[in-house]
Formats: sequence, C-alpha cells, structure tokens
Amino acid sequence: MSWSAKLRNFLQKLSPSQFKLGPQDYEMFRTLMLEADFGPYLTEELLELFRQKNLEIKNIDEATMFLTQKLRDSLIPQSSLNIADTPPSVYLFVGVNGTGKTTSIAKVAHYLKKKGKSVLIACADTFRAAAREQLKIWADRLNLPFIGYPIGGDPAAVVFDALEGARSRNIEFLLVDTAGRQHTDTNLMEELKKIKRVISKKKEGSPEETLLVLDANAGLNAINQARSYHEDLGLTGIIVTKFDSPAKAGFVFAIQKELSIPVKFLGVGEGLEDLLEFSPDIFLKKFLS
Amino acid sequence: MFDFLTSKLQEIFRKLTSRGKLNPEEVEQYLKEIRVALLAADVHVSVVKAFSERVKEKAVGQEVLDSLTPGQQVIKIVRDELIGILGEKPEPLSITAFPACIMLIGLQGSGKTTTCVKLARTFKNQGKHVLLLGLDAKRPAAMEQLAYLAQKEGIPAYLGEGKDALELARTSFQYFKNHGFDLGIIDTAGRLHIDQDLMGELETTKKIFNPRETILVLDSTLGHASLSVGQEFQRLVGFDSLILTKLDGDAKGGAALSIHFITGKPIRFIGTGEKMEDLEVFHPDRFLSRILGMGDMLTLIEKAEKALAVSDKEKLERQLKGRISLTDFLEQLEGLTRMGSIKDLIPKIPGVTPQEADKKMLARWKAIILSMTPEERDAPEIINSSRKKRIALGSGTSVHEVNMLLKRFDQFKNLLKQAKKGTLPFLKNYSIGG
Ligand SMILES: Nc1nc2c(ncn2[C@@H]2O[C@H](COP(=O)(O)OP(=O)(O)OP(=O)(O)O)[C@@H](O)[C@H]2O)c(=O)[nH]1
Ligand SMILES: Nc1nc2c(ncn2[C@@H]2O[C@H](COP(=O)(O)OP(=O)(O)OP(=O)(O)O)[C@@H](O)[C@H]2O)c(=O)[nH]1
Ligand SMILES: [Mg+2]
Ligand SMILES: [Mg+2]
Repeated sequence: MSWSAKLRNFLQKLSPSQFKLGPQDYEMFRTLMLEADFGPYLTEELLELFRQKNLEIKNIDEATMFLTQKLRDSLIPQSSLNIADTPPSVYLFVGVNGTGKTTSIAKVAHYLKKKGKSVLIACADTFRAAAREQLKIWADRLNLPFIGYPIGGDPAAVVFDALEGARSRNIEFLLVDTAGRQHTDTNLMEELKKIKRVISKKKEGSPEETLLVLDANAGLNAINQARSYHEDLGLTGIIVTKFDSPAKAGFVFAIQKELSIPVKFLGVGEGLEDLLEFSPDIFLKKFLS
Repeated sequence: MFDFLTSKLQEIFRKLTSRGKLNPEEVEQYLKEIRVALLAADVHVSVVKAFSERVKEKAVGQEVLDSLTPGQQVIKIVRDELIGILGEKPEPLSITAFPACIMLIGLQGSGKTTTCVKLARTFKNQGKHVLLLGLDAKRPAAMEQLAYLAQKEGIPAYLGEGKDALELARTSFQYFKNHGFDLGIIDTAGRLHIDQDLMGELETTKKIFNPRETILVLDSTLGHASLSVGQEFQRLVGFDSLILTKLDGDAKGGAALSIHFITGKPIRFIGTGEKMEDLEVFHPDRFLSRILGMGDMLTLIEKAEKALAVSDKEKLERQLKGRISLTDFLEQLEGLTRMGSIKDLIPKIPGVTPQEADKKMLARWKAIILSMTPEERDAPEIINSSRKKRIALGSGTSVHEVNMLLKRFDQFKNLLKQAKKGTLPFLKNYSIGG
C-alpha cells in the first residue's frame, strides 16, 4: 500500500459512521508522519489533534479536509520574491554541501529571464573543484552574463565586482552562488557573513533574498541547518530541491513553525524548467494524492 | 503533594528493586526514550520498531548489573544489540586480487565524485596503480570536477566520450583493461532511486565493469527516504557496502544504520570533510555514541562493566541469590532519613512500622549497624549472643534493640524477595514508571 493510500485508510476511520480509531490506527498514523520526516515531536502534536477531533468528524471528506486544513495552516502561504527599489536585486544562495544551490541558481535565472528580466550570475564558490565551470556552463546555456574567479580567489571580491558590473550594465537581478558549507563550521560561516556584509555595505538593503537551499531527501538535520543559517545570516526564504524524490520533506513544517521562513521554490528535477513556485497546495499534493 | 509522594515512593522502590530483574514496564519506559533518540537521529521508524522489539525480548527479565540503574542497564542492552548489528570491529575495504574495479553509486549530491578521489588517494598511497573513470556526462562540469581533483592528487583519470552513458561505460572499460592499471574507481552520475531509466542504465554499467565492490554513497543528512533508497539500489543495481559522507556536520547519519539494518551491507568509510584526506575507516563504537547521543552514559556503562569484572562480581552474585547485607539495609534507611514527610511515607514502606519511622530510632539503628564488623554486616547470621552484647555496648544501645533490628532486617529481606517476584500488593498500586 502506498503512503497516501495508508493515510486515506486512516482518515476513513475517523468518521464514526465507519468504525472508530483504535490504537493500531494511531500507531499507523504515527508511522506515516515519521516516514514523512515530520520528526517525533510534531508527529505527537498531530496525533493529539486527531485524538481530540475523533468524534466530531462525520465522513472521510471532512477528515481529509481537517488534515489538509491543519497542514495548510501550518505552512506559510505563497510569498513572492523581494525586489529592490533600485536594481539590482541581489539574491544570495546558501546551504550545506550538495543540496542543489548551483542548479537552483540556473533555474531561478531561467525563471527570471522568462519574465523578461535581466540577470547576472556570479560564482562566489572559489573553493569546490569545477564549481565555477559548472555554473558557467549553465550561464552559457541560458545565454546570460557570468562572473567568477578561479579556485583560491576571494569570494567577497567576486561579489564586490559582480555588484559593480550589475550596476554599470543596469542589470535587474544578481544571483550569487556560494560554496556549500556545514553550518557547524564556524570559519566558513564567518566567510559567508562577510560575503553578506560586503553586499550590504556596497548596496544598502541588499541582499534582497538570502535563500537557504535544502534537500528534500534530508531528515531532521534540515532543521538544524535552517536554525544555524538563520541565526548567522537572517534568511528570507528557502528552496526545497530534489522534490521529485518520493521524500515528503516534512521537516519544512517544523522549520516554519519554529522560524517562520517562507519556502519560495521547489526544485523538481535537474533541468532548467524543473522549478515550481511554492504554494501550500503544491507542497501538500504529495501527502494527499 | 500526592504526586510528590508518589514519585518519591517510586524512587525508593526503584532503589529497592533496582538490583533485581528488569520488568516489562521498566524496559518499555526506557525504550521509549531510546526510540525518540533514534528517530531524532533519522533512523527509519520501521527499523526503530524492529530494533525496539529485539531489545525488549532481550531485556525483560534480565538481571540488572550491580553498578547500574535499570535505565543504564537498558541502554547497555541497546548498545550491545547495536554493536551486534553493526559489528564489533571496522570492516575495511580489502581488495587483494588485481586488476579490480570499485564503482560508486548514489543519489544526487551525496558525495560520489569527491569520495572516488579520496578512495583513489588511499589506494595510491598503498602503492597501487589507480585509474579514475568518469562516467557522469550528465551533470554540468562533473568531468571537470573529477579531472581537477585527480590531477591535484597526481592520479590519472579517464574521461571518455560517447553518445550515451552506456557507450561511455564501454569505452572506459576498454581503456582500463588495455592500460594495465591495478584498480579502476568509477564515478557515476547521481540519480533518484525511483528513476527506472537511470537505474536500468546503472545496472547495465555494472554488468560492463563487473566491479569487485559497488559502494552506495550516503549523505549523513538523509532522512526517511533511506529505506526505499537502500531497497531500490539493492534491488535494481545491487551494492556491497556503504560510505557515509559529511559526518563533519552535526547530522547523526541514522540513514546508514537503517540501510545496514535492512541489507546487512557494512559501512566501510566515513567522509569527514571536503579535503581529500577527510576519509576515515568506519568505527561502529564511535558511530553508536553519535547516534544515541549518549557518549557519557556509554562511558559510564563501560566503566561499570569493567569494575564489575573484578571487585563487584562477588557482591553481585550474592545479591542475585537474594542475599542482602545490612549495609544495603543501612543505605535504604539513610535514603529514608534524607526525605521529608517521613511519617506519611513510612506506613507504606514494607517492613517498617510507623513508630520506627522516628528519626531517632533510625539513628540508633544506624549506630548498631556501624558497630558491626564488615563480616557481620554481610552475613548477619553469624551474630551470636556474645557478638550482640559487644554491638549493643559499642552503639550505646541494648541487646533487645539489636535483636529488633535483626528481626526487621529479616522481614525486609523477605519482602524484597516478594517484591521481586511481583507478588506484593504495593507494587500494583504504584507501578514503577507507569
Ligand atoms: N533530482 C533532482 N536533482 C537535483 C535537483 N537540484 C539539484 N539536483 C542535483 O543535485 C546535485 C547537486 O547539485 P548542485 O547544484 O551542484 O548542488 P550545490 O548545492 O551547488 O553543491 P555544492 O556547491 O557542491 O555544495 C546535482 O547532481 C544536481 O543535478 C532537483 O531538484 N532534483
Ligand atoms: N563537508 C563535507 N562535504 C563533503 C563531503 N564529501 C563530499 N562533500 C561535498 O559535497 C558536495 C557534493 O559532492 P560531490 O562529490 O560533488 O557529490 P556527487 O555525489 O558526486 O554529486 P552528483 O555527481 O551531482 O550526484 C561537494 O561540495 C563536496 O565537496 C564530506 O565528507 N564532508
Ligand atoms: Mg554549487
Ligand atoms: Mg558527481
């Protein structure tokens, strides 16, 4: 039985015209929520809601509605990208290693370009092997201007020069890629803070977006990542990548509950078109289909 | 107030029974905490459940070590079981016959390319002639990434060309075969386990190379996708072992434990950073402290076990036979005097009447016990009338009082035996940890 079939089964039993929920049903629901990476604490909270609600719900439609509503209510609704009063709007992409920052930059650049916006792509990852080459290939495919320095260069200098370049060429959006780093690495997190400071110094109010890129396949560590990155940088949004995986990314609920950071996009593949604007309905589709 | 008393009573009774056998409620109570710890470490819920059942079976009825509390005893069983699952010692990758190939597979971004070069470096340092083979023609600059890292380590890399992934695989294999390398390390493109086409392609690639070892590379942040990732890669491609990357962060890596649990494939190495030297042999014991998040607790248990091996052994054996010493009795009495509201409690404590609850009385009993020799305390049956006189004199009490104490001690012992068997009504009313 698929995950959502099991969930339907559970919801069915919520209506008293059918049969009542027994301990095994609650246990099954608990398992389902844990499988969706909600984590043990949020799972117990949800279970408690159902315990309280058990008798009031009359049929499966109401039960589904109840769950959808609860889940939707705990998600921050669709939220558009912040735009600078005077261009360029600077978007900084950050996150732990291999989550999909570089690919997401390419996708967001493509998304903006399709809307007729001018975009400059900058690679402030001067650490990882071929990080620059990777992003350059995407920029070339998109036919967009690109700036990046060889390995060992100063990432803050890339950002500085990119801002100059964007201004002089009247470019509306500057997308900045950074090297993946563990949130526990204080030196590397300092470097990232410095990159952000350089941006704000050079252009007041920027970056307009500091976007944390999270892998949908992750478990509860994603919460630690969000917590630390938010504390160090002040995040404005989240991108959940690899959402084409069957993983449900339930950690998003915990993150939004604790930190109230909106999800802006979902990555659903490795191609340029594989980007969805976030909405609670799209996110919840995986749960209830 | 009542809650306070109940919990105090439970505490006492836990003390009284803590040297006995683990009962099901007790085990369940501690297992609950352990289950949460495992879930918080991203161990898959179905693995947590299966594991929890195993521990329960082992634990219920097991004797508690003298130097441990029941909680610690349960953790000890958990640790022993986990060590049993993961293996006592590291199982390093050992390749003895050459030429041979190693192939790395896994989800996107898990760390395959980086780990390929780390591995190549390890074998190069052992004097092997290693070739890196890039098969990822899909991700932009994947080949450049491999080439750069290989060149930095002075390891040759073959970045073939081909219309498609399979042609690339064939030409790469030919190159490897024709150039007399000892070891080929194959970097494959990342893919989702549900992508039937790409999984099929990987299976064919594996057939072309027939690698000695196929390794599934896992990101330590992986969540509950672990189970289907492990199952699908095993079913559709097949792998021999695991490497867990990015353990330099604070992810626990429970996914690797889950996949090991369902496939039995050993975890060979861990990645602890982005640099090429950041590859370590997997150590089950260190990994377990990380997963359980109970480093200190595990050390304590180890200490207790060691101590037990020498001096405590006799004492343990004696207590297991139900032989409680007067020193144990004294400890219990002291526990009582330390608590307030003793009058409310005493009637409920087996073997002690309200009058005796009087603190002064307890003080006198203490004096009596302290006037005994260690042998007398351990084996009160040797206390004859001449010894009683000496003890009474030494403690400033009377022979009558010494007799009283010894009688109470006998009753206490009997009640304790009953308590262990669970036949005492008291235990039903105040079920431990319930
Ligand atoms: N299936 C899938 N794969 C993705 C998605 N986004 C990125 N990837 C893949 O994930 C891998 C890593 O992506 P990158 O964009 O290089 O990740 P990164 O965060 O820039 O990595 P570092 O810079 O090394 O930290 C690549 O193989 C991407 O093709 C997505 O939405 N779905
Ligand atoms: N902190 C840390 N980063 C690591 C470790 N292993 C790999 N990385 C980083 O993780 C990111 C992804 O590593 P890759 O080797 O490119 O991963 P991959 O599996 O080849 O990725 P795809 O080919 O896109 O599927 C890079 O930024 C690596 O530097 C590790 O043990 N610790
Ligand atoms: Mg990148
Ligand atoms: Mg790779």
